[in-house]
Amino acid sequence: MFRRLPEDARALVTVEVEGRAVAVPAGSSAAAAALIAKLGYTRTSPATGEKRAGYCFMGVCFDCLMVIDGEPSQQACLVTVREGMRIERQLGARRLG
Amino acid sequence: MSPVDLAVIGAGPAGLAAATEAVALGLSVAVLDEQAEPGGQIYRGVERAETTGAAAALGPDYRHGLALVAAFRASGASYLPRHRAWQLERDGRIFASDGERSVELRAHRILVAIGALERPVPVRGWTLPGVMTVGAAQILLKTAGLVPESGVWIAGSGPLPLLYASQVLRAGGRIAGFLDTAVAQNWRRALPYLPGALWNWRYLEKGLGYLAALRRAGVPRIRHVEAIEARGDGHLSTVRFQVRGAWEEVPATGLLLHEGVVPNVHITMAAGCAHNWDPVQRCFRPVLDAWGRSDQPTILVAGDCGGIGGAAAAEHRGRLAALAAAADLGMIDEATRDRRAALQWRALRRHQPIRPFLDRLYAPRAALLAPEDDVVVCRCEGVTAGRIREAVRIGALGPNQAKSFTRAGMGPCQGRLCGLTVTETIAAARQADPGEVGFFRVRPPLKPITLGELAALDQDAA
Repeated sequence: MFRRLPEDARALVTVEVEGRAVAVPAGSSAAAAALIAKLGYTRTSPATGEKRAGYCFMGVCFDCLMVIDGEPSQQACLVTVREGMRIERQLGARRLG
Repeated sequence: MSPVDLAVIGAGPAGLAAATEAVALGLSVAVLDEQAEPGGQIYRGVERAETTGAAAALGPDYRHGLALVAAFRASGASYLPRHRAWQLERDGRIFASDGERSVELRAHRILVAIGALERPVPVRGWTLPGVMTVGAAQILLKTAGLVPESGVWIAGSGPLPLLYASQVLRAGGRIAGFLDTAVAQNWRRALPYLPGALWNWRYLEKGLGYLAALRRAGVPRIRHVEAIEARGDGHLSTVRFQVRGAWEEVPATGLLLHEGVVPNVHITMAAGCAHNWDPVQRCFRPVLDAWGRSDQPTILVAGDCGGIGGAAAAEHRGRLAALAAAADLGMIDEATRDRRAALQWRALRRHQPIRPFLDRLYAPRAALLAPEDDVVVCRCEGVTAGRIREAVRIGALGPNQAKSFTRAGMGPCQGRLCGLTVTETIAAARQADPGEVGFFRVRPPLKPITLGELAALDQDAA
């Protein structure tokens, strides 16, 4: 649903979205990377099981919770991408321990 | 370490201006902010935009933020980006976490400048991936240089959808159509305030310019849309909308919703500041004096979190709060405060006349405030408006009881997104005033933190 600005001069950073290498503009959030990767849903709700993705992209809704570099329940819209970052869907509630 | 004179929470226009002003007045200042870069949501990524090509598309109002951020960077105020405040004490202590460890900050005065949230837009299907807010899409443009491609619809009302659409078109992106949900009858209520708005003819001129940009690009604008519905299986695939009672359905890859912004009151509520219901903007706002002082002696508030006034007004509100804090702490005398404030009052008066007009013109439709029974209100816990009404029927008088009965507001967002809808739904069901119904009791931690982050609290760090 989104594409990069044609004349955008941002440097690119390569991240891994669900195991797939994706080049995204530096300064993007992990949630933006999921959109660029056309991931569709980014978590399933622990309450309802429904597929969800980021809604507000400013830290309010918590619908963009993802597993980032192995760490669960990260607000992907508040995490800035780094080279090699692993971004994965969070399915259901986070597992403890 | 000893306390700072002023701790500012939020690095948007109000917080940045306040911090810069306060340092100039001789105060020691610390600014903490959730984001990685200064600017708040309105000036997100403004320091990088010049080098990336996004600045031209975003326009001169956005570029204005560059000077504000530069002045802040040069001020010498200490700056803690990526810090989420999770507790505020009335004695001037702030607890915040950077995601790994927590810090305690002490301050003689705290300025809350955390801005606004987009008003929740609870419509059928709004939890589907592919549905997000216009504000979210604009953040993607500012921070990642992303624009919509084919099949993305905008639905809503207010200045932001029009501004965003014009930015997208300028950047070479595409908008499938604009479903204008502004209520036709609002015009009658707004009209008496038009003379005031004419003082701000530049704002009106901008609005007309955005509409002209839509027309030139051939983007269909469908007016008087009474209801919206997102449909799809696991992802948005179509948008249904109703005009004069008749439904239409269009294919869609994305749907961007927006129905205005409301103050972010979570921190001031948790700190025990008094709040009033604003019947025109339909939101709670902290009770403040003209300088932004709350009823809690250590806590001041500036910018949209104290009542929606826009980015330009927020800057002046921030400077006024800094002046008040400086005088109250004895760093400047009252004559100096008032002399420096005169300029800010004058500037503020210039930005205010249009507000009563806009507030009424873009007042949200009733079905958004208290949605139909099957519409999800609390996204985190999947609680519908019908279940809230059921809770009222079995005796819940306010949001806190409804929360115990239904789990609405109990998820990770802690009622940030559903709070106003829960209040309005209960108020409508009880035929009571939303101010009397009240809001969720907001408790620490204000943001979910791990026990590890709590255990790693470094009380000597700040």
